[in-house]
Amino acid sequence: MKVLLGGGELDTIVQALRMQGHTVIGPVMTNGVIAHREIHSAEELPVGVGEEQDGGRYRLVDTGTDERFAFSSPSESWKQFLHPPQALLVRAKRENGRVSVSEPEYDERPMAFFGVRSCDLAAIGILDRVFLAPDAKDASYAHRRTGLFVVAAGCANPASTCFCASMNTGPTPTAGFDLSLAELHRDGKIDYLVTSGSERGEALLESLPHRPVDADDVLAAETVHTTAVAEMGRQLLPEAPPLAAMNLDHPQWDDVAERCLACGNCTMACPTCFCNSTHDTTNLTGTEAERYRTWDSCFSLDFSALQDGPVRPAVKDRYRQWLLHKLVTWHDQFDTSGCVGCGRCITWCPVGIDITAEIAALAKEPA
Amino acid sequence: MIPVMYEVVSRSWDAEDVATIAVAPVGEAIVAPAPGQFTMMWAFGIGESPISIAEVQGDVLIHTIRGVGAVTAALTTAEIGEQIGVRGPFGRGWGIDFAEGHDVAVVAGGLGLAPLRPVVLGLLAEPERFGKVSVLVGARTPKGILYPDDLDAWSTSATVETTVDAAPSSWTGNVGLVTTLINKIDFDTTNGRVFICGPEIMMTSTAKAFTARGVPPQHIRISIERNMHCAVAHCGRCQLGSLFICKDGPVQEWSDVAQVLEVGGR
Repeated sequence: MKVLLGGGELDTIVQALRMQGHTVIGPVMTNGVIAHREIHSAEELPVGVGEEQDGGRYRLVDTGTDERFAFSSPSESWKQFLHPPQALLVRAKRENGRVSVSEPEYDERPMAFFGVRSCDLAAIGILDRVFLAPDAKDASYAHRRTGLFVVAAGCANPASTCFCASMNTGPTPTAGFDLSLAELHRDGKIDYLVTSGSERGEALLESLPHRPVDADDVLAAETVHTTAVAEMGRQLLPEAPPLAAMNLDHPQWDDVAERCLACGNCTMACPTCFCNSTHDTTNLTGTEAERYRTWDSCFSLDFSALQDGPVRPAVKDRYRQWLLHKLVTWHDQFDTSGCVGCGRCITWCPVGIDITAEIAALAKEPA
Repeated sequence: MIPVMYEVVSRSWDAEDVATIAVAPVGEAIVAPAPGQFTMMWAFGIGESPISIAEVQGDVLIHTIRGVGAVTAALTTAEIGEQIGVRGPFGRGWGIDFAEGHDVAVVAGGLGLAPLRPVVLGLLAEPERFGKVSVLVGARTPKGILYPDDLDAWSTSATVETTVDAAPSSWTGNVGLVTTLINKIDFDTTNGRVFICGPEIMMTSTAKAFTARGVPPQHIRISIERNMHCAVAHCGRCQLGSLFICKDGPVQEWSDVAQVLEVGGR
């Protein structure tokens, strides 16, 4: 089902989701970036805010328009809501030497993600494969995911760091959403072409005042798509990762290791990097313990540490692990790439290391 | 991720920092682990560590643990009656049937004999199913040779050879790497099966020594150690190439891992 909503009517979706009991989370301007926070109204979305992104660089810019989705990939993905940076796994008590353990209770309020970019939609699908695997289902992830309502939003203005088109993950959402928005900017007027992707998405649309879609609207949305593809700043050639995996001793690995700070920013910003650590805490008297799972990074030395030290002591080892996992071994493990082309690892790398440039160099025979 | 509670029912010290503890379920037990599988053992308020299984006696699990970190130190020093959490069993074990009808060489380095102990017990329990059994054990020092009483007992029905890296002058046994023992055994290199567990460098050099004698790489199995926090392929720490050692391992065919282990830092 496709309908047209006027620019001022976008909030009807937010309010309908809130009425259904969802915590609605959407893009907002905060601390000089676009980030994802709970919103109570579509009025909180950024208006006329685009951004310049490049290696190690992110700046918001005023587009001078009324567009609410003029930006590309926000500083944060949606990973933090489905796979929180810190999650309680186990609660335990010890009384008279007897230990009792319990699972924490889940937040019952379902979430709605509002304005999910196509790359990030693909990333959610990838996290699903990790945490909803039939032989290793994560109960808390499954709980959050089951209640989730997804409103996607196509990208009109990809950043210079974006390469979703070459990863076949965007810029226009094609599946995995309940509703998808295409923002149409015509003669100074904003409309939203809204497509339903599920029964509950369709039911929600039917409950809202809306107008039918005509051929001009569909054509306008297609133009947004083709323009965005043409403006895509970077690309990652599909033949590059397997070639790089053959070149494990390529001098480029040493070259990138000279620049890489092993800070792990790329893994934090990445919408699919899921690696983590688990640790215990106790109260002062030692009668209560909690086990927490927190995000971790394959760039930390401790990540691979065994009795005699880390398995990957050199930065070169760790960068190679990250890159080859993301682009090569992920396919063997989860039947998909671990990269969706959002470009965050490029933007948020303090020294601007570019995954597309590195993989291209690694795929070439060393000189 | 919720552990099942067990309590320590016995402990004996194998070396200064190595203890064998037996734990029995407080209530329900976990599924009985197969030889080569492992559990995640949890010390209350301290953390979890992957621990191999040295023996299963009904619901009782026997583990030999070196106390090197906070968790393993807490596990080895746990008092009798102290409660320990257990999750599992996890991973792909040795698969003793792999050796059916063939000679078997079991090669252990140091604490690597612990996860191989159920293999030897299994082989010797049904001698008619297997060919000649050889147990080769290497350790840094004579005191580091695990389960000396077992080795004595096994030597009546299997070839048992030991060697140490360094020893006082009173030592009358072998000195040298475990690979030096291979020529001492009667082993059918064409069809024989090899199980190896120990430090990674010991396993790779032993596997190469067997392949150099004509043993096909797919007839050799090793048990790989990697950092693990979850054991269900969610923490990402145990990756080796495409493998999650927690679920695809710890036991792997040498033919499947020789190449990835050859490149350092993977």
